[in-house]
Amino acid sequence: MDFLRPDTFAEALAVKAERPDAVPIAGGTDVMVELNFDHRRPSALLDLTRIAELREWTTVDGRLRVGSGVPYTRIIEQLGAQLPGLAMASRTVGSPQIRNRGTVGGNLGAASPAGDTHPVLLAGDAVIEVASTRGTRMIPAAEFYLGVKRNALEPDELIAAVHLNATPGPEQFAKVGTRNAMVIAVCSFAIALHPAEKRVGAAVGSAAPTPRRATAAEEFLAGELDWAAPEPLLDSVKRRFGELVAEAASPIDDVRGSAAYRKHALAVLARRTLGWAWQDHLGKEARECA
Amino acid sequence: MSLTPAELSSSVAGGIGASPQRPDGNLKVRGEFAYASDLWHEDMIWGSTLRSPHPYARIVSIDLTEALKVPGVHAVLTHQDVPGSNLYGLEHKDQPVLAVDVVRYQGEAVALVGADHPETATRAMKRIKVEYEVLEPVVDMETAADDTPLHPGGNLVRHVPIRRGDQSPTADVVVSGRYEVGMQDQAFLGPESGLAVPAEDGGVDLYIATQWLHVDQGQVASALGMPLDKVRLTLSGVGGAFGGREDLSMQVHACMLALHTRKPVKMVYNREESFYGHVHRHPAVLHYEHGATRDGKLVYVKARIFLDGGAYASSTGAVVANAATLGVGPYEVDNVTIDCYGLYTNNPPCGAMRGFGAVQAGFAYESQMDKLAEKLGLDPVDVRIANAMTEGSVMPTGQVVDSAAPVAQLLKLVKDKPLPPVSTTLDLRSMPGGVSNTTHGEGVVRGIGYAVGIKNVCFSEGYDDYSTARVRVQVIGGELVALAHTAACEVGQGLVTIMQQIVRTELGVQRVTILPMDTSIGNGGSTSASRQTYVTGGAVKAACAAVRDKLTKLAGGRELSEVDLADLVGDDVIDETVEWRHRATEPLDPETGQGNAHVQYGFAAHRAVVDVDVELGLVKVVELDCAQDVGNALNPQAVLGQIQGGSAQGLGLAVMEEIQTVGGKVRNPSFTDYLIPTVLDMPPMSIDVLELADPNAPYGVRGVGEPPTISSTPAVVAAIRAATGLALTRVPVRPEHITQT
Repeated sequence: MDFLRPDTFAEALAVKAERPDAVPIAGGTDVMVELNFDHRRPSALLDLTRIAELREWTTVDGRLRVGSGVPYTRIIEQLGAQLPGLAMASRTVGSPQIRNRGTVGGNLGAASPAGDTHPVLLAGDAVIEVASTRGTRMIPAAEFYLGVKRNALEPDELIAAVHLNATPGPEQFAKVGTRNAMVIAVCSFAIALHPAEKRVGAAVGSAAPTPRRATAAEEFLAGELDWAAPEPLLDSVKRRFGELVAEAASPIDDVRGSAAYRKHALAVLARRTLGWAWQDHLGKEARECA
Repeated sequence: MSLTPAELSSSVAGGIGASPQRPDGNLKVRGEFAYASDLWHEDMIWGSTLRSPHPYARIVSIDLTEALKVPGVHAVLTHQDVPGSNLYGLEHKDQPVLAVDVVRYQGEAVALVGADHPETATRAMKRIKVEYEVLEPVVDMETAADDTPLHPGGNLVRHVPIRRGDQSPTADVVVSGRYEVGMQDQAFLGPESGLAVPAEDGGVDLYIATQWLHVDQGQVASALGMPLDKVRLTLSGVGGAFGGREDLSMQVHACMLALHTRKPVKMVYNREESFYGHVHRHPAVLHYEHGATRDGKLVYVKARIFLDGGAYASSTGAVVANAATLGVGPYEVDNVTIDCYGLYTNNPPCGAMRGFGAVQAGFAYESQMDKLAEKLGLDPVDVRIANAMTEGSVMPTGQVVDSAAPVAQLLKLVKDKPLPPVSTTLDLRSMPGGVSNTTHGEGVVRGIGYAVGIKNVCFSEGYDDYSTARVRVQVIGGELVALAHTAACEVGQGLVTIMQQIVRTELGVQRVTILPMDTSIGNGGSTSASRQTYVTGGAVKAACAAVRDKLTKLAGGRELSEVDLADLVGDDVIDETVEWRHRATEPLDPETGQGNAHVQYGFAAHRAVVDVDVELGLVKVVELDCAQDVGNALNPQAVLGQIQGGSAQGLGLAVMEEIQTVGGKVRNPSFTDYLIPTVLDMPPMSIDVLELADPNAPYGVRGVGEPPTISSTPAVVAAIRAATGLALTRVPVRPEHITQT
């Protein structure tokens, strides 16, 4: 197995164009597990950890551009206030050691349905910037996940960055696991309120072949919420929202949990996170009016 | 007249009762300790094991041709290359070193490859062609006895009946239940590893992580067809054991490859292979019926217990005896009818794990005690105390408990502890679900549960259980120093520290070197059954006494406290080896289960406080406090460590730890999906340690390691029941059970 170590992103793209079978590796928290279990034997690894530009985040035109190599720890510590949903999801990833190494780019590259950041990226309308020697593509998160561990990348492309709203509305993320830390999601859920556009983002993880948006739930809720004169939510609204989120999932029975439990838990998570996010919105409105 | 230990040790620090630093402590904390997986030898090659993918299949043919062609491959071996007996086992020789014409569990070893690199070995293994005829596996322990026989004698490994008192009793109040215990894994962190080095005398030297060097030695020698003295074992760095290293893993395999290739052979399992490479805790189905008076006094207990031994017997027979003899718990019951069965199936082989049969029974009988309390409207602790055994109580085997049995006291201690406050500020780390942000208090209900348990200490049923210790004193650089040597395995529990403490106390010598554990000295017995401090500690103490007698003779009438011991010893070397036995036990009567089968009993009680998110079925154990009698805490810090670790392992069984199988196949052979508690799952503990000396034991010690594992699980489940009102008859309790989805 070749171990390729480019120093710049341009160099990495050139290598990837020449060796499309090379597997990119950043933190290695997914790739190394696959190698250790002998589930995968790539002819080459393309180490991205020397590329400084992938580990930067910047604000561009009111959007945050987060380099694909920014580790979870820095997202939590440096971007927690700006990207609360992504920080919440990052906080649930593995152990401190894993969070020091693991990256959102790696989560996207692996495209596991159980990846922790996916629901947040979907709910928050993130756009994935991918690049090759042929140029750059901007792929909305909703179009990025194609199947179990399959994403929209072409073989010669690498993930450059994730673009997110720099001033998002209230966001929440919650994940169920059978241990109180260091656990793969049995199911997960993210909600993002977009008050400026009177829209709602909602997405489920680990409950379908891909992470996916709960579109019917989003539309239902957008219609129910009174953005201008916000009031506490009716329980019936929260319940219906939960039901629609559960309906968006098509989970399986597996070693981590039953399909029935996943649907049940998603409905609970959706109700609760909606309550917290709306409470957050009410608080903001109250502060702005005062 | 000789000096008493107390007088000799008065000037020496780090004797018994102190908590001196472990000799291996700093190395382990710094990551510098050499574990068996770090073994290395010039010119060594790597061994790999081809395992069966099927739980039950006939081997039609094995074709090695292509594997042997792989460059770098030194050997590919099958059962035909086993030089001696191809069958081994702790109790029954029923397990093949390498499968012959049938495989009985997924992961059974079929062939071995020795190659210049692990990668080469892996490639060669993929080229071994094994044709299997897949058979329908036997997987249900309750019907296994009448199913397809997997071994010549049928599928019943052992049946232990207990018959005491009235066999047709009646009672005012009757509660019954069916309980299930899932398959727990020891989950030791250091995977199976060893290095076999062929010796010039035609024998082999094996460096190995194990729990019992001599029983390994006997089994390896038998498989290699060699006399014992040609097979020499040295303990390597062991990263935890908990019972999972009592059986052979690659011991014979590595030696076969080494002898065949005449090269040192290293074998190390990866994590996935480790799940197939050792036995697990027996899953169990337990049917219980308790009869009591209206005021909660037990009249009778009836139980039918099934333990799934999996494909090979391992220590199933002894586990069955434990579950049976300890099957009513630490309670006085006059009328007992128990039938306990250990079965062969095509599930993974099960054998020793911390608690050894007492864990499975403990979950059932403690669940029953809670059920009885509920039915009678009594406090669960009061019902337990009303029936609690004491010193002088009679076990269901007829054995009189002849040392401290402070069951009621332990229960009172945990009950009287202050309860933790309900948190008023939101800290996700204290919530069910932790930082996964599943609740900010919604759905969270607190519950409290109690349990108490009983465990036998040392080997039982007439087994000749002993340990051998050698202690030497000599003067080095003007200082009198001591050296202690045994074959008793240090697996992380701290025996090396205890041995040093005992020698310091007995001989008044500060510097005590512990020799590597190996088979050049006599049997040290197994590091299991909570027995090493008792038995090897007893042996070291006795060897010290023998050394002291020699010193007294040298002193020629002078008192040892009056002489300079270094001057007295001078150029002499005083070297004494002692074989030490605890008091003998008896076999159980095969019809009635009566007999003085156990050496000693240990007791622990827990109170668990849990917060349950009843909507999501997630559990946060807020508190898991424990009271335990340890006889005499030779090393108080190590005692607390054992109680914390045992409690954590019990908590794991209560809420997360299970090897899941379907049709005999393991679904979660990794730490990704076999979950063990983290620091956010296991609360800090308040622990009360009683020291009620057992007059029969050295220093009055009572085995420590296992009792807390028994009561921890039922206490946590009782607390979850209290929070949810659900029956919860199976462990581990899963979110699906709590949410009924």
